[in-house]
Amino acid sequence: MDIHEYQAKELLSGYGVKIAEGGIAHTPDEAVQRAREIGGNIWVVKAQIHSGARGKAGGIKVCKTLDEVNTATKELLHKILVTHQTGAAGKLCDKVYVEAGTDIKKELYFCFLVDRISERIVMVGSSEGGMEIEELAETNPDAIKKIYIEPAVGLLDYQVREMAFEMGLESGLMSHAVKTIKGCYRALRDLDANMLEINPLVITGSNELITLDAKMGFDENALFRRAKIADLRDKTQEDPREVEAGDHGLSYVGLDGDIGCMINGAGLAMATMDMIKLAGGEPANFLDVGGGASAERTEQAFRLVLADANVKAMLVNIFAGINRCDWIAQGVVQAVKNVDLKIPLIVRLAGTNVDEGRRIIAESGLPIITAETLAEAAEKAVAARNQVVANQGA
Amino acid sequence: MAIFINETTKIIVQGFTGKIGTFHAQDMINYGSNVVGGVTPGKGGQKHLDRPIFNTVKEAVEQAGAEASIIFVPPAFAADSIMEAADAGIKYCVAITDGIPTQDMMQVKNFLRRFPKEERMVLTGPNCAGTISPERSMLGIMPGHIYMRGNVGVVGRSGTLGYEAADQMKRLGIGISTSVGIGGDPINGSSHRDIFEKFEQDDETKVILMIGEIGGPQEVDAGMFAKENMKKPVVAYIAGLTAPEGRRMGHAGAIISSAGESAAEKVAMLRDLGVTISPTPSAMGETVAKVLAGLK
Repeated sequence: MDIHEYQAKELLSGYGVKIAEGGIAHTPDEAVQRAREIGGNIWVVKAQIHSGARGKAGGIKVCKTLDEVNTATKELLHKILVTHQTGAAGKLCDKVYVEAGTDIKKELYFCFLVDRISERIVMVGSSEGGMEIEELAETNPDAIKKIYIEPAVGLLDYQVREMAFEMGLESGLMSHAVKTIKGCYRALRDLDANMLEINPLVITGSNELITLDAKMGFDENALFRRAKIADLRDKTQEDPREVEAGDHGLSYVGLDGDIGCMINGAGLAMATMDMIKLAGGEPANFLDVGGGASAERTEQAFRLVLADANVKAMLVNIFAGINRCDWIAQGVVQAVKNVDLKIPLIVRLAGTNVDEGRRIIAESGLPIITAETLAEAAEKAVAARNQVVANQGA
Repeated sequence: MAIFINETTKIIVQGFTGKIGTFHAQDMINYGSNVVGGVTPGKGGQKHLDRPIFNTVKEAVEQAGAEASIIFVPPAFAADSIMEAADAGIKYCVAITDGIPTQDMMQVKNFLRRFPKEERMVLTGPNCAGTISPERSMLGIMPGHIYMRGNVGVVGRSGTLGYEAADQMKRLGIGISTSVGIGGDPINGSSHRDIFEKFEQDDETKVILMIGEIGGPQEVDAGMFAKENMKKPVVAYIAGLTAPEGRRMGHAGAIISSAGESAAEKVAMLRDLGVTISPTPSAMGETVAKVLAGLK
């Protein structure tokens, strides 16, 4: 789960990490008020969306007067911002963060993340901040330093010093660096974050170390014990269909194709989507209904898939283990009737009680196309979709 | 021989008396697995499914000779249960639980490393369908009847895609020595490579089928191990050709977050390492059949 920059900064500030003075605003007037409270004569107005690379997309504006703060806020609020991380749909900006301008002497890069190879938390730093780390990894990999943290003892002071020197910090800034880096580490551990990135971490003209941008991602599996973090979720930044799916215990990811899918199990769902693609079609979504799919859940899944107006045919692929094909078949028949399905439906059932499941589908009298194997199901789905497109063209 | 479990392996169920634990314990017993009891703290001394309940895993090891365990404990307490099993001397543990926090799993892995390798419990999962040595023992939640005994060792992240593979092979008359689910989480007990090591040493296993997916380095790591250390041929299918970058596809670990983690990249690297690729998910059975035929 991602959170906004201002939320990450608020959390980190509680762990002793130094940030520039700032405040959140939902209207231009409020933004001007924030700027007045901060004082000074230079401010930065930053669009709050769940994405990096906001600067390049015009989401960060430096202002020298209160009028400019007002104008910048007007330009950003209620706008869809497209960065290369958001995808073409972009993300809605409904609040801005107004921050005191910082006199930047040098920009550094710093992050903690969970490393899947070593199964440890890794600290990554570089004296080359500001640009994206992926870019730096390509252009100058030697400038990136990684230090792995032994879980039994946690982050040690010498590791922090090693990183700080590697980032080119002079000894006068060492105590600042220790405080910042250890604060970040405690935040990551205490809050069950799996990613914390500060880019850039800056050395100011007055030789202070300040966190200029902060990004945090949290382990969704740990939200049950981090209620305050769970409250920071901003559903407006997520695909509304995915939010709705999550509320019903379904796992859904919207895609650009037009063959809707409902499958049990994440691996089989990905494989079925692959099969659709290989058969010449494009999947409209990833949807895992999970084990023990009840009739209600099946109907909910149908509604979710069909809410995408692009969908021209729908494929159901269930390999029943804990599930039983007869239950699934009953759920499908009921769903088709209740949602008043208008597009071709292809159903492939396998596993526990498959014969009974197939009988229920066959005797339902509904125009359901059935398939025995994965390949056959995908081919029939693509053929049905092509037929729909041809009929529409005629 | 098979790996990890056979008809004599003494199994206990952690989270025995809960609804899910009860359902699957009964299913395993029906399959023929040697379930010798279960653990539910506070219910020790009672019986459940006609088998003894123990308060601790230590008691189950001492009194019932438990060697393997399966965990149905809820996510908040599952890491603790895994470590209890390791400390009690359980040799092989399957964690079914979905939703264990990543930091808990890091702690589990670190705890396991404290034991000398020969005494260290092997953990597979979490968030997996379990392990089955067909027609002998099932330590999992899969539909046992779709698995046939034979010479192919299967290792995969996904449950239902593993069923798909077992079904395709059975239709072609190909059986399985052991099928191991390593689970869909970013940090898991055993990697594909760990399971490869076991299959390489198992007489019954002639060919290995790896069912991988997007995200993480484990499939390619296993391929490199196979190239350098294994004589047995490896077949692989990698799911997620159509998965967009940066989006989590159901499994917590199924996300393309850096170079080399997409399905296409993994396939290319595995092919270079000499692994036979199943080009589509519906060709897993026939690809294995071809490789098996080449052995004779």
